[in-house]
Amino acid sequence: MSIIATDEGRAGFAAGAFASRLAAGLRLARGTLWKSASLLAVFALWELLPRLGLVDRVWFPPLSQVLGVLVQMARSGELQNHIAGSLVRSVTGFGLAVAVAVPLGLAIGWYARLRDFLTSALEFFRNTSALALLPVFILFLGIGEASKIGIVTFACFFPILLSTISGVKSVDPLLIKSARSLALSAPAIFTKIILPSAVPSVFTGFRLAAQSSILVLIAAEMVGATRGLGYLINYAQFNFLIPKMYAGILTIALIGLAVNQLLVTAERRLSRWRVPTSNA
Amino acid sequence: MSTVFPSSAVPAPAPKIALRVDRHSFRLRDAGGEEFVAISGVAIDVPAGEFLTIVGPSGCGKTTLLEILAGLASPTSGSLRIDGQEVTGPGLSRGIVFQQYALLPWRTALANIEFSLEAAGGLSRHERRDKARAALELVGLKGFEDRFPHELSGGMKQRVAIARSLVYEPDILLMDEPFGALDAQTREVLQQELLALWQRTRTTVVFITHSIDEAVYLGQRVAVMTSRPGRIKAMVDVDLPRADLDADIRAHPDFARYRHEIWDLLRGEVARARASATPTFWSDPTPPRERSQAAPSN
Repeated sequence: MSIIATDEGRAGFAAGAFASRLAAGLRLARGTLWKSASLLAVFALWELLPRLGLVDRVWFPPLSQVLGVLVQMARSGELQNHIAGSLVRSVTGFGLAVAVAVPLGLAIGWYARLRDFLTSALEFFRNTSALALLPVFILFLGIGEASKIGIVTFACFFPILLSTISGVKSVDPLLIKSARSLALSAPAIFTKIILPSAVPSVFTGFRLAAQSSILVLIAAEMVGATRGLGYLINYAQFNFLIPKMYAGILTIALIGLAVNQLLVTAERRLSRWRVPTSNA
Repeated sequence: MSTVFPSSAVPAPAPKIALRVDRHSFRLRDAGGEEFVAISGVAIDVPAGEFLTIVGPSGCGKTTLLEILAGLASPTSGSLRIDGQEVTGPGLSRGIVFQQYALLPWRTALANIEFSLEAAGGLSRHERRDKARAALELVGLKGFEDRFPHELSGGMKQRVAIARSLVYEPDILLMDEPFGALDAQTREVLQQELLALWQRTRTTVVFITHSIDEAVYLGQRVAVMTSRPGRIKAMVDVDLPRADLDADIRAHPDFARYRHEIWDLLRGEVARARASATPTFWSDPTPPRERSQAAPSN
């Protein structure tokens, strides 16, 4: 009797476990669906509004038509050419900004007197729109690659600089005290304490910089270029190649999304210690 | 004859720590440059292997005293000698344990212990790892090597911090209210473990606390400090049967006597601190003996 009872109980338990796993799976699927529902709705509207004649499909072609053009451009290599042009500029500009802003930010963050001295000028430049300076960059660097890379560097520079400074400033003084009590040298304190604790903040700066690099680059490419996504959009609009224009816009959105995701992943990996788990 | 070979010709061994702080003061910038005397006239000798506790009201300069012992601050006027040698800066002869653990949050428990060995230098990566592993085991955290500090409880974090300070084998362990942020049960467990560690290693310990109970439980001697400016009001020798760590020495009649003696010494200081300072736990009118453990300070 008791054996049968336990067997039944076990079977019941197994069935229960399966059911609960199924329920969890369904919950997850439902959650994912709900979280992506708004984007799906946007795509649906994009497809339906022009098709139902609610907007003029000459100015606003349905999504499927735009995707068709995108595939066509990818086949001919036109799309890759523009993407490569834009990415080379933004990556170069971003890299230059990182190379200059990170060391400078570490120095400014560490030396309080230097920081006090520079803060007013930094605030001034930070609040100067990079795009407003585009004509100045063109004036000095010409209409070619240099001015575009220059403006991307400028746009990336301040987010990285300021978050590096704040990363260094926010180091827990107790950690420095504890390192000093171990008779650690100043350079060792810098590499073992200051640098690692600034990493998460520096990465936030990278993310902000990447966003503004794309923004600024597209605008710069609209002004004078023969290649690049900004040029593509502008050129397509001038020539009434409307689906192509939307294809360019969609590509930029997707690249922005991908770059952000990449940096978020890198940030999460590098600052795993900072994310508290269930019970911190 | 005895004048030819006086017994005093054999010099008494220098105390492990000889601290003289005639005066230690700050100038507060925002208080209009007013001078603020934190410590005045403190003379402490600690023989090698002693466990000394320092108890006093909040803001009496206990932490400043410990920073001077650590070499993180120099007294405005005074000196610190270790083994008879004048010491002016931090060094690996002393290890510090802070109330707030001071663990590097981006390093695992094991890597945090390795950190102080990296500072000490002279060991290969492999040797550091082995020593750190042994130290972690010593504080009962075997199996927690790869945990980050945020994955550890307060008591575990403090164990890691203690292991980190002991791993390079300093002669002196300085502890600044190390158990003040822990809950009562964890605190008692760690107090007992600390005594066991001390009995095993015979490291000289200077332990700062605001809990009378803790001071009597741990210290062979208790230094009672006055409220600001901090002075040593009295040194109380505590003679309790500590050999058996499992015995409940808090229940020993002498324990209550020592606690009362120190409470009496502190009573006036508490009143003075209450009159002069911002509210602290000492302004709580309940006498300490009615609270077996003091509340953690801010």
